[in-house]
Amino acid sequence: MTYIAKPKFHHPGLKKNELGYTHRDYEGKISTLCAGCGHDSITASIIEACYELSIEPHRVAKISGIGCSSKTPDYFLGNSHGFNSVHGRMPSVLTGANLANRDLIYLGVSGDGDSASIGFGQFAHSIRRGVNMTYIVENNGVYGLTKGQFSATADRGSKSKKGVTNTDNAIDLVAIALQLGATFVARSFSGDKAQLVPLIAAAIRHKGASFIDVISPCIAFNNHAGSTKSFDYVREHNDAVNRLDVLVGRDPIAVDYAPGTVQMVEQHDGSKIALRKIDADYDPHDRLGAQTFLARHAAKGQIVTGLLYVDPDAEDLHEHLNTVETPLNTLEADDLCPGSAVLDKINASLR
Amino acid sequence: MPDKKPISSVNDFVVRFANVNGSGSASANEMFARAILRHGVPVSPRNIFPSNIQGLPTWYEVRVTEDGHLGARGGVDLMVAMNPQTWDKDVAGIEPGGYLFYDSTKPMPSTKFRDDITVIGVPLTAITNSTYTDPRQRQLFKNIIYLGSLSALLDMDPKLIEQLIGEQYKGKEKLLSSNVHALHLGRDWALQNLKCPIGLRVKKSDKVGDRIFIEGNSAAALGAVYGGATVCAWYPITPSSSVAEAFTAHCKKYRHDPETGKAKYAIVQGEDELASIGIVIGASWNGARAFTATSGPGISLMTEFIGLSYFAEIPAVIMNIQRAGPSTGMPTRTQQCDIIACAYASHGDTKHVLLFPEDPAEAFEFAAAAFDLAERLQTTIFLMLDLDIGMNHRLCRPLKWDDARQYDRGKVMTEEMLEEGRDFGRYLDVDGDGIPYRTYPGTHPTKGSYFTRGTSRDRYARYSEEGPVYADNMQRLVRKFETAQDLVPRPLQANAERPTKYGVIYFGSTSPAMDEAIGLLEARGHQLDRLRIRAFPFHSSVASFLAEHDFVYVVEQNRDSQLRQLIVNENGIDPVRLVPIVHYDGTPITARFIAKAIGDHQDHLKVTPLRKAVS
Repeated sequence: MTYIAKPKFHHPGLKKNELGYTHRDYEGKISTLCAGCGHDSITASIIEACYELSIEPHRVAKISGIGCSSKTPDYFLGNSHGFNSVHGRMPSVLTGANLANRDLIYLGVSGDGDSASIGFGQFAHSIRRGVNMTYIVENNGVYGLTKGQFSATADRGSKSKKGVTNTDNAIDLVAIALQLGATFVARSFSGDKAQLVPLIAAAIRHKGASFIDVISPCIAFNNHAGSTKSFDYVREHNDAVNRLDVLVGRDPIAVDYAPGTVQMVEQHDGSKIALRKIDADYDPHDRLGAQTFLARHAAKGQIVTGLLYVDPDAEDLHEHLNTVETPLNTLEADDLCPGSAVLDKINASLR
Repeated sequence: MPDKKPISSVNDFVVRFANVNGSGSASANEMFARAILRHGVPVSPRNIFPSNIQGLPTWYEVRVTEDGHLGARGGVDLMVAMNPQTWDKDVAGIEPGGYLFYDSTKPMPSTKFRDDITVIGVPLTAITNSTYTDPRQRQLFKNIIYLGSLSALLDMDPKLIEQLIGEQYKGKEKLLSSNVHALHLGRDWALQNLKCPIGLRVKKSDKVGDRIFIEGNSAAALGAVYGGATVCAWYPITPSSSVAEAFTAHCKKYRHDPETGKAKYAIVQGEDELASIGIVIGASWNGARAFTATSGPGISLMTEFIGLSYFAEIPAVIMNIQRAGPSTGMPTRTQQCDIIACAYASHGDTKHVLLFPEDPAEAFEFAAAAFDLAERLQTTIFLMLDLDIGMNHRLCRPLKWDDARQYDRGKVMTEEMLEEGRDFGRYLDVDGDGIPYRTYPGTHPTKGSYFTRGTSRDRYARYSEEGPVYADNMQRLVRKFETAQDLVPRPLQANAERPTKYGVIYFGSTSPAMDEAIGLLEARGHQLDRLRIRAFPFHSSVASFLAEHDFVYVVEQNRDSQLRQLIVNENGIDPVRLVPIVHYDGTPITARFIAKAIGDHQDHLKVTPLRKAVS
């Protein structure tokens, strides 16, 4: 949360996207998070992804809960409506917003405390309902705003800054999301922009519940020896399952893949995801395989990153509810009210 | 002959059915009430049921009331005792001179009866067993058979009951004919073996008029349909579940696009009450009309979000069907016990708008109005029903709708207004009424976006913890609440025939009992002016009413006289001038109770100085 506005001037030579927007049009206020916070890198990746997709910033609704991560929507897409709700309840607010207007893009930003503890239930139910959203957890395994308590994603045996050893088992939100039926599941690292940007872009283009768990070290309280969410630890244990680029029916934004190692995944809206496969056996369409793969590598202490699962034919909550194409928030009395003649009949049936 | 002369009354008595929960009696009992209505005689039925699916006692009480008294009366004139478990209590509850109807297949010892009542035995089990072999049929048709016997005993027109059966089983000929057959089995047995009719009789009348017979929850749900609710998120809880279920049923019938078959609504059964109100707030923030229905424990869970709704100024409609608390309390018993909890829900300084409908007709009207109010005021609106209105059928005037009515979407700044250069500050008090403008997400590429938060912010929605900025915002919220006074339904006053210095305030489901109690009090020589409060914040006429009377009784159905507390708190009045009359055992308040409590106090006043009498 900041009250420091960014200066509006920018270099006239800044590159513009298809809509004529520059990077600056996707920025928000100046971050007040600690310098070097992984969350700011995620913010930068969201900005980059939205810029590359040529999204109209005001067509995005960015919704969060409470905590360091939940402050970040203030730092990107300044022309979007943001909603900093209450701790752990972002998913229900986002679900309601989505029901009201299916035409907007919904970005849910949450943290590990927000989603894996107080909001664990809401996280689970929004995923299983198939709300069309991009749900990003900025996962640092610690409560930063309250200065260093373990969160529910902290690994058993990891140490806090004060030297306390965590004796509780960790919740793996990616594994849970897979189990609950998320139709786009990925994990990334805040420091790996090359991987994270296309993942976010692909998640936004995906129709259905997209979930991305982003390991995001807290430089103030969880970036020390003994932490399993520190920059050094993640770099040493990162095992990328694939690399991803997003093509949206036009020239690729970045070409960084080798011929012969790319798998094209066509999404529901016609956009295409290009997967760079590190492991030749990995199939991102196999939910059960993804669960097994994840568990096998977790047992080895490895953090699997990349797109773990995607269902290109996913449905969303509106399809489940069979709602009209017109956004519900635009319907008025003429569309909704059955009228007095119907009421007279109802009255007659009640005698 | 019993010791006491049997009660003799036409179109004015109380019948109570004592059954076992899950025995399928509800349908037959409700048909009994409806049959009397078809005679043109008003009825006021009430379910008294346990928090249990099967096996525990349940009662259904029908007050037959030619005079149209729709509150509970108290006492039972005819007990239909079909539950051995509650026999002693049921027999004890019969008025002297009353009647006991029971299944006489197995003879009861004389000690199980009373000398001052008339006992009517019908061998229901024997009749049923000789006719039906299927156990479920035996159970269900036994209920219709006792309905048939009662029709003879009470001199009811069997054709009217047949007509009802015909309507209920329209298109299901087999069920229709077998029910009619069972009806006549019981009726014929009674006519051939008993003295019919008894002293209690139903005579055709014309006192029902065009009134309708509907449950408050169903009417409120219909109000939500007419009021334009498109998003409903709820979590099952007694006694509110039937609101969402009725809303679903109404929407399926009236809210599908005729061309595509698609729904113009979204209903989500949340994982809990927190998610339900979260969905409502998210939808309302994004410009849809949204509501949830719950009861006291649900309100407890929702309070964090209710505080957000108040402070961040997001519309929300909560239908609170109150039940007896605290905690789990008595989940299937009625009270008006969430007044304080809802009026000041959440931490910090908060105040919320409450609406108190007296019957299903007002539940419909207030439910529809709640969505206008929520959007106009950009805050939570509570529709405060209770189990007595919500889950019981009540006679009320027909529901009405003006087709010219458009929804009040409140102060929404559109793209055009922003293009005109209108200054948009999310929390700017442009009109001096405390209500700011809002924009829907996605309105304009560069103007009108803002950040919603529960944290303090300035008039332009910029985060700020500056004291004066915070205080400025809190003062504006007070102004907004004052504005609400003139937008909510006003209190209704009815004065006594003669000038009086005494008044009575009441609200909600207490209303029919209060209307009747006034007559009883007049008969005792007590004159009182009445004020029925229909909303919080209180209109200035409440303060005027208090000023015009030496003291005022406040009648309500909770232990701590919560409305009285609210009146004292909001009006700064000397509490000694407000006399609490409270009823809180979970049963609906009766006219007899009110008349006795106020009457005794009034008698006491005649001989005691005011301050001593009311302290």
